[in-house]
This record gives sequence, C-alpha cells and structure tokens, in this order.
Amino acid sequence: MQAITDKQGVKRYLITLTVNGDQYSPVIKANTLLVNLLRDELDLTGTKKGCELGDCGSCTVLMDGKPVDACLVLALEADGCELITIEGVAQHGELDRLQRSFIDNAAIQCGYCTPGMILSAKALLTRNPHPTEPGVRAAISGNLCRCTGYVNIVKAVLDAAEVKG
Amino acid sequence: MFLPDFDYYAPASLGEATDLLTRLGPSARVLAGGTDILVKMKNGLLAPSALVSLKHLRELRNIRWDAERGLVIGALATHNEICNSAVAQERFLSLSEAAHKLANNQVRNRGTIGGNLVNAIPSADLPPILIALGAHVTLAGPDGSRAMPVERFFTGVSCCALDPQREILTEVVIPPQETTGSTYIKFGLRRSGALAVVGVAAAVTMDGDMVKDARICLGAVYKMPTRAIQAEQVLIGKGWTDDLLEQSGRAAVGCCLPISDIRGSAEYRRDLVRIFTRRALKRAITKGHV
Repeated sequence: MQAITDKQGVKRYLITLTVNGDQYSPVIKANTLLVNLLRDELDLTGTKKGCELGDCGSCTVLMDGKPVDACLVLALEADGCELITIEGVAQHGELDRLQRSFIDNAAIQCGYCTPGMILSAKALLTRNPHPTEPGVRAAISGNLCRCTGYVNIVKAVLDAAEVKG
Repeated sequence: MFLPDFDYYAPASLGEATDLLTRLGPSARVLAGGTDILVKMKNGLLAPSALVSLKHLRELRNIRWDAERGLVIGALATHNEICNSAVAQERFLSLSEAAHKLANNQVRNRGTIGGNLVNAIPSADLPPILIALGAHVTLAGPDGSRAMPVERFFTGVSCCALDPQREILTEVVIPPQETTGSTYIKFGLRRSGALAVVGVAAAVTMDGDMVKDARICLGAVYKMPTRAIQAEQVLIGKGWTDDLLEQSGRAAVGCCLPISDIRGSAEYRRDLVRIFTRRALKRAITKGHV
C-alpha cells in the first residue's frame, strides 16, 4: 500500500477497493472510517450513520458478501475488498425484489434503518434463499428500527424470499 | 464520531508484527477486528500512537483439528467463522454456540476470538466455555512464544497477561479430552447485541451416571471469568441427581462477587448463577457438547 506524506507531515495512503462493481482508488488518512469514506469521499450517502458504535446497524454494508458495520471498519482495512452499499442493490435502474417487497409491505417508516435492513436481508437471502421467520429475525437482529416496524420488515423479507423461490 | 490520528502498519508476517510492536513503543496497539478498540478510541478511552493491523496474517484465521494439540483456532478467526466452522461444530459445538450468542451479526463478522480475549471484559462470552474446556492461548513475542491456560490469562477488569508492547495472541487451543459434555448459558437483556448479565459454562466427564470430573466457569459476576471450584467439588465422584445439581448451583453462588449495575442487581445475578449452574450442568450431562 502506497503512502504519501504531504508538506505538513500528514500521511495518506492509496487504497483500491470495489464499491458496487466500480473500482475506486481513494487517498485517505489512517483514521478514516469506511462509513465516512463512502459518504464523504464517494458521495454514497445511502449508508447511514446512527450510533457509530456498532449497536444500531444503520451503516451496514456488505464487505466481501458479509454484513459489517461500516462505522467500525477502518477504510484502510477495506483495501482490496469488494463492497456493496444500498446504492448497489438495484440493478440497471430496477429495484431489487427485496426493495420492492419493502415498499409493498409498508416495511419503511422513517427509512433510516432501511438501507442496513435491506443489506442484512440481502446477505441472508444470498446464503439461504428460503429462510424461516426466526431465521429472518436473527439475520436482522443487528439492525435497530426505532419506528417499531419489525413485523412488516420480517414480512417483506419473507415475501421477497418466496418470490425468488 | 471521529478517531484521533494514529500511524498505521500492516505487517506481512508475525515476526514483523512483534518487531514493530517492540519498536513503536508503549502506545502502539494491535488491530484485529476493531469492534472493541475502535469503540474505545471513539469514546476517548484509548489514543494509540499507532495501530498494527494483523489483516495480512491470514494463517491466523484458520480453525483446524490437530490430533495431538486438539482444536486450534487462529486468533483472527471471527465469531461467525467459529459459529460456522464444521470442525469446531463437530468437536465442540458448545464453543460455536457461545460464539453465536455474542453481540450481533455485523460485529460477529468482524470481531475475533483473539480480540475478545485480549479485551478482557468480565462479561465476555467466549472465556467461560474456553476455561471450562481447559483451553490455552499462545502468546507470540519477539523472543518466541509461550502458552498459558485461558484460566490464568485474565488479571482484572480489562486486564490480561498479554504484554501489549511486545506480544500478540496468535491462537487458542482446546486440547483433546474425555469430557462428555459442555455448554454455555447466557442471560442477556436481549437476544442480540447484549452483554451477558450472567454467563455460566460447564464441562463434565461422566462415567455412567457418576460425575468423574466437572469444570464450571462463571462470567460477568467477578472482575474476571472465574472457576467455581467449590461447585465442582460438590459433584465429583457422585451420581448426578437434580438435587445434587441444585447443591452445586448453591455452592457456585459462593464463588462469585457480582456488582449491581443497570443490567441487574448483585442479588439477581447471584440467583441467576445458582439457576444457570444447575441448568448448564444438566445440559452438559444429558446433551453432550451443546
């Protein structure tokens, strides 16, 4: 990994990562968090910031296919990784079935938890196309919804799974 | 929330990593999954001058069975890797189950077994079952490595025997054993993303209905995970009955010194210790490693 020190003595690192299929080579400081790289540098603001301590799951992204909290990952640690954010879920301008199902089941209220919910659910359905209801609840248990909308969210994920079947 | 400035290193080998730690001085820290250390840094509890990332030490991710050494778990194995590892499930399903009870899915995808041990909080979920199964850790330093039982690894709240200026925890080893069953029972305020209010692990070796050996470890009720030796002695050499397990649970209460906090009062925790010790023993005796 190439490091560049500027005249003020601030060190920056050149990393390469793939986000939603596009390759990026940002130059970042060591203390840059992945969530801030995505939001502030790459302008992918669909990834939300909630507690920023790994409790709420608002900043969930898929890192090499696995849901992680982007607030607890250094951008440097994502060097060489493949990331999917909520912006990468729809393909060719078409909503993913999961996204359509969230709309159809009224699984969105304020919407702040939705990107994280969808990515956790997406990872679940990729691994297990026919989850049980407890399986869905377990998969989204790291994503907090403060509008208390879990019932419809669980329904939405189960519906999307059936359509896919 | 932002992180303070620090230097970052990602060494390519373990030797390079321990050399770096020695060279960088007292305020350098190792970065594994980051789910504990980054939170501490955000909260201003820690401001290391440098982080030494272990991400290139891929050999520390392995989980394998070695006929002589037992289940060898690389320190960088994540909690979800331990949950999903076929070999871990086959040998000690109780460990995979304990890893599954920890934090939430996102944290389990990043957090590592090594980090969970070095962070050394009293309510950590992996130490009780590891201690019950007689596991030890390997600590690698610039002059070679040393092994230490997990039971002796913890020295206080957030304190452990690892020398952070020169050592890296590289593996956790559960030796081959005759134990017939083991389990970890946790009470948290929620099923996901909650610290243990009380956690009890038990491992038993049975000879028919007779308890040949038992190891009980209590979590979240003392400044570190702690063996309940008196509770074990109640059992050893006797045929098990529900009444005997209850007596053992009562003895376990005498082995802990819980605090009262927002998650539960000391009195409540003591009662949980009694009940969970009894239940953990019954599960280990009747169900095997679960």
